[in-house]
Amino acid sequence: MIEKLICIACPMGCHLEVDVEDDYRVEGNQCNRGVLYAKKELTNPTRIVTSTVVIKGGIYRRLPVKTNGEVSKKLIFKVMEEINKVEVSSPIKCGDVIIKNVLNTNIDVVASRSM
Amino acid sequence: MKQYDVVVIGGGSAGLAAALEIKKQGIDHVLILERDAELGGILLQCIHNGFGLKVFKEELTGPEYAERFVQELLEMGIEYKLNSMVTKLNPDKTIEYANVNEGFVKISARAVVLAMGCYERNSGSISIPGNRPSGVLTAGSAQKYLNIDGYLVGKRVFILGSGDIGLIMARRMTLEGAKVLGVAEVLPFSGGLKRNIVQCLDDYDIPLYLSHTVTDIIGESKVEKIVISQVDNFVPIPGTEKTFEIDTLLLSVGLVPENSLSERCGIILDKKTKGPVVNESYQTNIEGIFACGNVLHVHDLVDFVTEESRKAGRSVVRYLNHELNATNNMINVLPKNGVSYLLPQEINLSNLVTPMDIFMRVNKEFKNAEIVISNGDTVIKRIKKKHLAPAEMEKFILKDVDLTGDMIDINVAIEVQS
Repeated sequence: MIEKLICIACPMGCHLEVDVEDDYRVEGNQCNRGVLYAKKELTNPTRIVTSTVVIKGGIYRRLPVKTNGEVSKKLIFKVMEEINKVEVSSPIKCGDVIIKNVLNTNIDVVASRSM
Repeated sequence: MKQYDVVVIGGGSAGLAAALEIKKQGIDHVLILERDAELGGILLQCIHNGFGLKVFKEELTGPEYAERFVQELLEMGIEYKLNSMVTKLNPDKTIEYANVNEGFVKISARAVVLAMGCYERNSGSISIPGNRPSGVLTAGSAQKYLNIDGYLVGKRVFILGSGDIGLIMARRMTLEGAKVLGVAEVLPFSGGLKRNIVQCLDDYDIPLYLSHTVTDIIGESKVEKIVISQVDNFVPIPGTEKTFEIDTLLLSVGLVPENSLSERCGIILDKKTKGPVVNESYQTNIEGIFACGNVLHVHDLVDFVTEESRKAGRSVVRYLNHELNATNNMINVLPKNGVSYLLPQEINLSNLVTPMDIFMRVNKEFKNAEIVISNGDTVIKRIKKKHLAPAEMEKFILKDVDLTGDMIDINVAIEVQS
């Protein structure tokens, strides 16, 4: 079975054709990330989650945050619930851990700017 | 009047990269004028990931990308002024600006870099139908409200236009608990990157209505409903109407380079890009005034803005060191069949640093086509492309071997393979 995907590993947006029966053999990719993406996307799709948390004492009222690795697509809304519980105070440095090991994924939610 | 070597107007991704490059090449008196309260520009509200894959070989969010440049700028001791609005740029390279601390100030520069970025087209620019209720705003405004100020502007959202900011906001508002009912695009293809269709719409089952537009907006003080219709070549088809109950209509209908300062200064703009006409050195028609980033043409990726602005910065340094030859003997780079625009528009061969990137956009979608680059009747090169789309900027490279002293014009066209 051939699955057609658009690679989201980078903005090139390669049109991939993936032969699922042939160990996810990929055509149409321009780099190896396309091969990795195709297999993952068709077995366990994952995404980086980015959002904001409330910050007190900063120049603005929201601090941008991100997961420092990809989490399963199924967990995105659960990660958002965890992020929405958090409130931090300035000063924060870019990369500071905001939530350690969110939902036992071994992934942290970290600040994506200093404020 | 205070004198600078270079004044950079705008402290976003373009201005930061240009200023850093200029300083690194040994020019000392560089000033950035920024109207916002911080350096970084629009990157600060683009909290999603996807930036930096080319420049840093890793995937960053907008604020992280900006912070790396701002850090470097601080380390290099480049002067900048915040909350400072440039009110006038003059052809003699004097600049007038205002801020709360200094009042109105006039300074002069040996060279100026235009790095003002772009603005969003809004409801005034697209002859939007129906009433004028609140709840209709640009995707970028909604992004600033949400990501910087912490306000979700609505709970039931429809998006007109499939530009990248609209797609990013469809996902962002969905994650914050809003219901995004759909995205309508008047063209038969999306205006955004394909990866954003996948990860912002498909991931969240948000429908994309191609060849559709909003044909009515209903609501007194607040928007209540919109009607969308299928279009045939921009004309709505009767009987195809769909109604959506919404509280917010976001517009993601294009970006326009912000050139009000440039125009008043007498800088010639390209009708298609809405940015200055520039030569191979990113110099405008006024000697010593350069342009880079989204003020020049709207880019798909900040990485391209950075690369372009670094190149513009190097040209500024060559200009200050009297290494750029002035000449009227320019080769024109001309868009032909299928090509919307090319950049730069002019090349002075004696100043050209090769390999030179030429950026272009096509004017419609093509499959299995070739970019054909020719000099008069002689084909210089053909580049095969499986897909070409207006939303995706293409570039090709001109090398020494491609160029000869007796070149007339460089024509670029798209040919579809039979």
